[in-house]
Amino acid sequence: MAYKIVTAHCTACGACEFECPNAAVRFKAGAYVIDPRLCTECAGQFDAPQCASVCPVPKTCIPA
Amino acid sequence: MADIISLGGLQVASRDELGKALEGGGCAASSCGSKAGPADMDPATWAKVKDHPCYSEEAHHYFARMHVSVAPACNIQCNYCNRKYDCANESRPGVVSERLTPEQAARKVLAVAAEVPQLSVLGIAGPGDAAYDWKKTKATFDLVQKQLPDIRLCLSSNGLAMPDHVDEIVAMNIDHVTLTINTLDPEVGAQIYPWIFFRGKRHHGIEAATILLDRQMQALDMLVARGVLVKVNSVLIPGINEAGMQELNRVVKQKGAFLHNIMPLISDPAHGTHFGLTGQRGPTAAELRAVQDLCGDGANLMKHCRQCRADAVGMLGEDRGQEFTLDKLPEVVEDDGEKRAAYRDWVAREREDRRAAAEAAQAEVAVVAAPPMLVAVCTKGGGRINQHFGHATEFQIYEVDAAGVRFITHRRADNYCVGGHGDGETLSEIIRTLDGVPVVLCARIGEAPRERMAAAGIEVIDTCAQDYIETAILDLYASRNRRDALTA
Repeated sequence: MAYKIVTAHCTACGACEFECPNAAVRFKAGAYVIDPRLCTECAGQFDAPQCASVCPVPKTCIPA
Repeated sequence: MADIISLGGLQVASRDELGKALEGGGCAASSCGSKAGPADMDPATWAKVKDHPCYSEEAHHYFARMHVSVAPACNIQCNYCNRKYDCANESRPGVVSERLTPEQAARKVLAVAAEVPQLSVLGIAGPGDAAYDWKKTKATFDLVQKQLPDIRLCLSSNGLAMPDHVDEIVAMNIDHVTLTINTLDPEVGAQIYPWIFFRGKRHHGIEAATILLDRQMQALDMLVARGVLVKVNSVLIPGINEAGMQELNRVVKQKGAFLHNIMPLISDPAHGTHFGLTGQRGPTAAELRAVQDLCGDGANLMKHCRQCRADAVGMLGEDRGQEFTLDKLPEVVEDDGEKRAAYRDWVAREREDRRAAAEAAQAEVAVVAAPPMLVAVCTKGGGRINQHFGHATEFQIYEVDAAGVRFITHRRADNYCVGGHGDGETLSEIIRTLDGVPVVLCARIGEAPRERMAAAGIEVIDTCAQDYIETAILDLYASRNRRDALTA
């Protein structure tokens, strides 16, 4: 149960990084990645995963 | 014409050198300011705007701004924005070539400040929202303020996150905030903003537009109540929000906005924006002018905006950003602020001189009973006619009649991403651009282009090179109408 970021679509704006309630989003080697061990898909925290809700590009933060 | 004024401690020895320095400079701020001078506002307000090229049309002849793109995250989607886009040759809001960390940005500001004595303002204006991506905005401002206390800070925002940071903004002495407000009608807003992200949830449609509008009005009220000068930017989108623009202008003025900047939508399929891809067109110059005219007295309308890039550097209308990319920045920058202080002293004296000259010339036209006339000017700054016709990338358009000279707008002579145009084609483009403007004042022009312009009914005059813009236009208008009276 985790989300991932499609690097090819990502604009690297970083909005997901500070919206993630689990600090699962990190900037590594020039790209944002989601740590699947920390990602909860925001279950129990929000109605929808925060990364996908704030991401400006469709289909970029998606279920892994 | 006034004598050359001492440049004090500024390390340029002559007017010529200053001219060269100005040629390099250029403001790329996304918005510019009111025509008004010190006579039209209280001293405290004038002190805030007199060196801000975007808040004062008068100041933009003298001062430069720079933007740093440190805050790329945004909390809304606009149909005129595509943040995946980047082109070094594009000049429009939201476009940048490189994003910077706050530390890199502070180093860049320091390097520019040491090179460009006209620099007076640092703005953070996208791509992204400076108030939403607040930590990076604040970190950048804190670093710059520590090193360059004489540089003014300003930021742009869509307003959604702004109410959460107003108190910090006031505490940081940020005197200038721009809010982009495109409509007061949520149904119209739903056609401009497909979604917003607010308090952990994505909202769509009219609900999203209602929340956004509510927060924008709250932000405007809070900022005005705390004495921050607020400029409202509105993107004019034909067929979508132009009908409500007059009411929007009335409401934001009434709420205390200092300036309203109605900008034309920039739309092109190549930009990949929703509006670009769906064929939504931008307004023509005439449509923009018609809406601006509806919004009344004009004193509170910004008309000198160049819709600059989010990483622009220099005087408005010019961009030296490519000179200050990260790889070109020195590791250590020496800056003592003396050059900037000397430049500001020089500007203060130059302004007084320019005003006195314009007043004297004004007396000549006060008795003229003739229709108003439009005049185009080639200038590279300093409020003077000091640019070669062939070097002009834009023309400043003024209107003159017995009541005086008014800045109307600027018109670009080159279309961005030009490339491949021959001279003949460029001249045809200039003739089209200057439609309705019978006279151009410039520092010099060659015989061949002068004749082609004359054949198109546009007279180009280069006998008032180096004169103050207002003075030259008033003199021309006075003599022209004396001549008309004699030949009548």
